[in-house]
Amino acid sequence: MLAYLVRRWSALLPTLFLASLLIFGIIRLSPGDPVRMKLGTEATPEEVSGERERLGLDRPLPLQYLVWLADLGRFDLGRSQVNNRPVTQLLAEYFPNTVRLSVTALLLALLIGVPLGCFAALHQGTRIDLLITGLNSLGLAVPQFWLGMLLIILFSVTLQWLPPSGIGDASRSPLLNLSYLVLPVVTIAVLNLSTLSRFVRSAMIDVLSADYIRTARAKGMRERVVVARHALRNALIPVVTVLGIQIGRLLGGALVTETVFAYPGIGRLVVMSILNRDYPVVQGALMLVVLIFLVTTILVDLSYAYLDPRVAPHRAD
Amino acid sequence: MESGARQDGRSAPPIAAGDVTQNAPAVDRRALEGGGRAHARTALLRRLIHNRKGAFGVSVLLVVMVVAVLSPQVAPYDPNELHLRDQLSPPSARYWFGTDEAGRDILSRVMYSARPALGAGLLTILLAATVGAAVGLLAGYRGGWFDLIVMRVCDTLLAFPAIFLAIGIVTVLGPGWLNAVLAIAIINLPIFARLARASTLAIRGWEFVTASRAVGCTDARIMLSHVFPNCLAPLVVQMAIAAPEAILVEATLSFLGLGSQPPEASWGNMLSAAQGYLARSATYALFPGLAITLVVIGMNYFADALQDAIDPRRIRNRGPTGD
Repeated sequence: MLAYLVRRWSALLPTLFLASLLIFGIIRLSPGDPVRMKLGTEATPEEVSGERERLGLDRPLPLQYLVWLADLGRFDLGRSQVNNRPVTQLLAEYFPNTVRLSVTALLLALLIGVPLGCFAALHQGTRIDLLITGLNSLGLAVPQFWLGMLLIILFSVTLQWLPPSGIGDASRSPLLNLSYLVLPVVTIAVLNLSTLSRFVRSAMIDVLSADYIRTARAKGMRERVVVARHALRNALIPVVTVLGIQIGRLLGGALVTETVFAYPGIGRLVVMSILNRDYPVVQGALMLVVLIFLVTTILVDLSYAYLDPRVAPHRAD
Repeated sequence: MESGARQDGRSAPPIAAGDVTQNAPAVDRRALEGGGRAHARTALLRRLIHNRKGAFGVSVLLVVMVVAVLSPQVAPYDPNELHLRDQLSPPSARYWFGTDEAGRDILSRVMYSARPALGAGLLTILLAATVGAAVGLLAGYRGGWFDLIVMRVCDTLLAFPAIFLAIGIVTVLGPGWLNAVLAIAIINLPIFARLARASTLAIRGWEFVTASRAVGCTDARIMLSHVFPNCLAPLVVQMAIAAPEAILVEATLSFLGLGSQPPEASWGNMLSAAQGYLARSATYALFPGLAITLVVIGMNYFADALQDAIDPRRIRNRGPTGD
């Protein structure tokens, strides 16, 4: 187990390094001149070359990369070329909003998805099961940005119950701003909920036909105990692996959903910065996203190995 | 797993030439079975259509394909024809799905969008599967430094949540349908490469591969006619799973302004435009999204049914495990 742990974590650094190389490459290969973007078309050639020198863009690419990497090690991600604010400050401002959004969505998905999948499995083949699996298929197919728009049409435009965009007034208490979270959270949660419920259902059906369930029933255990203590517990172990997939989906969902709801999170920051060619911000935000994605994926894998000790030796090779 | 022909020990390297020629056809037939022969294929098709989901998926796909091919014939209007007096009109007998902000017929635009959408789904998975399978096959068969590099590149690509990587790539290539397709193909590459590599590693150890090498087959021939057909099934299934996902990503990129560009109609960029008129027209945003959902459900069902048909023992309705 310890060896597995060490191996998993030590694989993180090379991957991060390669990802940083890729991100750097993406940014430097992108068309458009950030200096021209910043100074406008009126700038004289002297101004342009001066600014280029100041930003270090005149140095050879490998050197630029090393400088960027060294700065990265000191948590210095440069400054936004649009508003000259430090990138770390921007990330610190936008990222908590995305965390709030994603974590709430994941909790909602777990709270609804797990019981729903379990319920469908216990009523396998009935009309209710058909309804739940049908809804799951729908949830997996609906484009998130469209779902967000439908929710806006229904709850913001027609019923006027919830605000269509933004995050609310920061000076008010967070509780009053909760209404701004509802629609984006639901939008993100639907996809995760459907995946979870679908997975729990099939895991549950697998487990319910296992020998130990028959044994538990045979020795006269009440059905509720059989389901809760024997079946669900074992069915939930493989579900942990889907959580790994969910993290990528949550972050991707955040990107799309934040755009639809003009919600100031990391996804919207990436989209806006790409449209503005604000390279330092894109680099910093992508690095953060990759780091979070990798770390959480490893955590999920490790917790899976912890919950199911049979896993670790398998994966070790 | 072991067939009688291969169990008699004659497939071990030191064999007389005569024995080898006798054994070779048996080996070949065995290798071909994974690729599906004519009768196996019709059986597969039958199983696919007998599955209710499969039938639904196939019919949706057929309808959308017909619409995509015949959109100039079946669409009631030119998708870019402006009806300036009928802007943002609700559905009516004249305009079944209503009109957009420039008075263009939404039904016609939805129909014309089937082409870029299906094209994106098809082209991305073909690209990703071909390149991914070739690379994965070679990596698994050769091993060594090539394998190491391929696997590191895959790890790196998989370190990004898919949509973030896709918009990163489109930023480099510039917005547009083809570039979006390339980006989606790239984010799908590592999955196909890994699948092909894993199957190759398993197959490489089988006796019939050793036997083919013993009869003097070249590496290229062994890979193409023995290893490749045997890792085809998981690749085909992955293609079926990845296609609807690709359509969703292409729509998302177009929605963000990075995929199909207006005035070319696509479901994604129609929705992007509709976003500005949510308060004025409730139906504008409805139909392009419905179209995406229907196609994706159809293709997901098709993928499900295909998996059941290829492996009938598979437990039904297992969730997709790739992302």
